Amino acid sequence: MEHAIDPFVSLFAIFVLAVFVGYYVVWNVTPALHTPLMSVTNAISSVIVVGALLAVGAGAIASGSTLAMIFGFLALILASVNIFGGFLVTQRMLAMYKKKDPAAKSAKTH
Amino acid sequence: MSASLAAFLYLVSGALFIMALRGLSSPETSRQGNMYGMIGMGLAIVTTLLLAAPASGLAWALIIGGIAIGGAIGAVTAKRIAMTAMPQLVAAFHSLVGLAAVFVAAAAYYSPEAFGIATNGEIHAQSRVEMALGAAIGALTFTGSIIAFLKLDGRMSGKPIILPARHLINIALALALVVCIYSFFAGQSAIAFWLIVVISLVLGLLLIVPIGGADMPVVISMLNSYSGWAAAGIGFTLANTALIITGALVGSSGAILSYIMCKGMNRSFISVILGGFGGETAAAAGGGEAKPVKQGSAEDAAFIMKNAGSVIIVPGYGMAVAQAQHALREMADHLKKAGVTVKYAIHPVAGRMPGHMNVLLAEANVPYDEVFELEDINSEFAQSDVAFVIGANDVTNPAAKDDPASPIYGMPVLEVWKANTVMFIKRGMSSGYAGIDNGLFYRDNTMMLFGDAKKMTEEIVKGMG
Repeated sequence: MEHAIDPFVSLFAIFVLAVFVGYYVVWNVTPALHTPLMSVTNAISSVIVVGALLAVGAGAIASGSTLAMIFGFLALILASVNIFGGFLVTQRMLAMYKKKDPAAKSAKTH
Repeated sequence: MSASLAAFLYLVSGALFIMALRGLSSPETSRQGNMYGMIGMGLAIVTTLLLAAPASGLAWALIIGGIAIGGAIGAVTAKRIAMTAMPQLVAAFHSLVGLAAVFVAAAAYYSPEAFGIATNGEIHAQSRVEMALGAAIGALTFTGSIIAFLKLDGRMSGKPIILPARHLINIALALALVVCIYSFFAGQSAIAFWLIVVISLVLGLLLIVPIGGADMPVVISMLNSYSGWAAAGIGFTLANTALIITGALVGSSGAILSYIMCKGMNRSFISVILGGFGGETAAAAGGGEAKPVKQGSAEDAAFIMKNAGSVIIVPGYGMAVAQAQHALREMADHLKKAGVTVKYAIHPVAGRMPGHMNVLLAEANVPYDEVFELEDINSEFAQSDVAFVIGANDVTNPAAKDDPASPIYGMPVLEVWKANTVMFIKRGMSSGYAGIDNGLFYRDNTMMLFGDAKKMTEEIVKGMG
């Protein structure tokens, strides 16, 4: 029997557990915030930027190709649009959700 | 930085992303959650730059330039976009994630050693599969989201476009895709790689084109899910835990939202995906004979509501189209001043994306504790004096409860007909997206207010003042 475990197995374990975590966390999200949920998941899935950064950096070293650098650069721009756009638009939306009481109080004082 | 330390930091950023979603369980904690998300993203970027520091000035220039260009576009868009355009924006963002996944897979293909997935130019067999899957799902997400964007933005008709023999074409393409993935796995050829991308691009297009505008809440959630799985695929290629965790989170989030939307419409996921249901102008079942309806004026509506004890407002997509949310809130303010209890009732599929109505009401400064979901408010219609339906139709159709022959039979609906008086703001007598007549229009306790949702609401406000 082989004793070394393929690193893929531990990555896959993380993946499976994260699917379960995602399942329970997302069911807990209040329906009122489903739109911000979509925009924030959008923003965090842009962590794919990690691959883009590696590719751009790789183009500069001997083993890397220029083609990889170009693709990496394009991916970097797209992911950056998403990161900034996604988090900022989420922030803008979340800032609008207000409760009744503080609004009523501030209306009285003004 | 050592690879182990980097792996640990990626794990931390994955955990921060989980906390970002956790924050969304209530509006109070949500803003903090978003902050965790940003920190997680910053951490992942800094870790990558420290782990594989770009060696040349050119690489640094490209990285800083790329982030600056993309960041500026993203920031300006986020600031300027109208809240009513949120569904289009989210669809557009999904397409970017998809395309980025394709590009990263391509970069990994042309420079595998830099990603640590090859020895002597030969990419590890397992990485080939992961890469192919990441590229395929990414490409599919890209074109699918573009079509969703065009439909939501009104640049393309919301009507389903049905190609002859489309199921056959799709199955043939899917088989071709499997063959290409196998051939890429066996031979690592560039042709196979790009064929995978091209076939997936076409498949994404064909899958979304036949789906009608009103099914977009499901489609947009589904694409959300796909973009997550694409990210996870790339995450395996890069052996990056942050990417794998995020992909899994986003993938399951989109899947759950699709499920909630399907349930809200009482349709199976499969039937939505197969498409062909519902267009903006579907009006087949109208019948033609004109039944009498009771039409009211803005003054009548203002008078009745001001003298009511409680009013429940039911907003729908029509409110978003007419941008009537601000006028609506003004009307609610007048009512509250007159001592009327005002609540809002939201159907899960009201609007074009999950939570669409809630965001619009929040934008108009409606406190979120006056806004209720279907299950929480449905029992209250019976005790309320007025149900004020603005821009919604099918989600209030009693046929869903009592007419087994109706196409929407079994769909959960807001039981507005139990209120003493039901008011409908509508442009005309046309049916809703499902193309079904709403029997409620002809009932004695229903008052129809014909006109643009925003103008009519403004006139009612005038009538109250």
